Amino acid sequence: MADVNRGNRPLSPHLQIYRPQLTSITSILTRISGNALLLGALLAVWWFLAAASGPEHFAIADGFITSWFGDLIMLGSTWALWYHALAGVRHLIWDTGRGFELQTAETLGWAVIIGSVVMTIFTLIVV
Amino acid sequence: MSFLTDRKRAVGMGASHVGTHHHWSMTVSSVGLLILVPLFVFTFGPMLGAPHAEVAAFFARPFPAIVAALTFVVGFMHFKNGVQVAIEDYTSGMTRKILIIAMICLSYGAAATGVFAVARLAL
Repeated sequence: MADVNRGNRPLSPHLQIYRPQLTSITSILTRISGNALLLGALLAVWWFLAAASGPEHFAIADGFITSWFGDLIMLGSTWALWYHALAGVRHLIWDTGRGFELQTAETLGWAVIIGSVVMTIFTLIVV
Repeated sequence: MSFLTDRKRAVGMGASHVGTHHHWSMTVSSVGLLILVPLFVFTFGPMLGAPHAEVAAFFARPFPAIVAALTFVVGFMHFKNGVQVAIEDYTSGMTRKILIIAMICLSYGAAATGVFAVARLAL
């Protein structure tokens, strides 16, 4: 290998060296919200399976999902869903090579945060 | 194969050997979910807490049933590919392999269960 100096190379600073910024926080939240959605998705699958199994099984799953704890999970999932969707749109915009100017990136970050809260409240009102 | 040059074989493939296929599947499934997720939220959401007979009648209709089944399939395939990137970022070696395989099994299992349940409700 041409790269003989393998043990003593300068390293780039670790993540915690940098000051948290809107762009980095919104990016990290995209990953967290996407992975956290597994919980709500599995609950939805359970709810459907219970509904397909009959009224008794359905009463258990539906009772859990509409309990205060289930409501809390569904509220979190709703926000995570809209946040992840809007952040995904931001990624689709970035994939076209647009929106990388600092000002635009910050604006898009705020749009994702505010948009996700607005969509969550809208969903709570409609559903 | 000797008619192919090295350059021809390498172009667009990168270190993954499948080129940008993974990224492209994420792009396609994310656009699909942008359509499916609002449809799913506003059909599935009102049914939470509804009586069993009403739920069964609602998902016996084609539109809510097809939306729910598609959301499960596209959603869990999107999760499978997305969580793989997260696992690759934070783990290595045997742990990485086990976690990726476990998440692939979970994703297909959950998608199949969801589709089975919707089909049983609908048919």
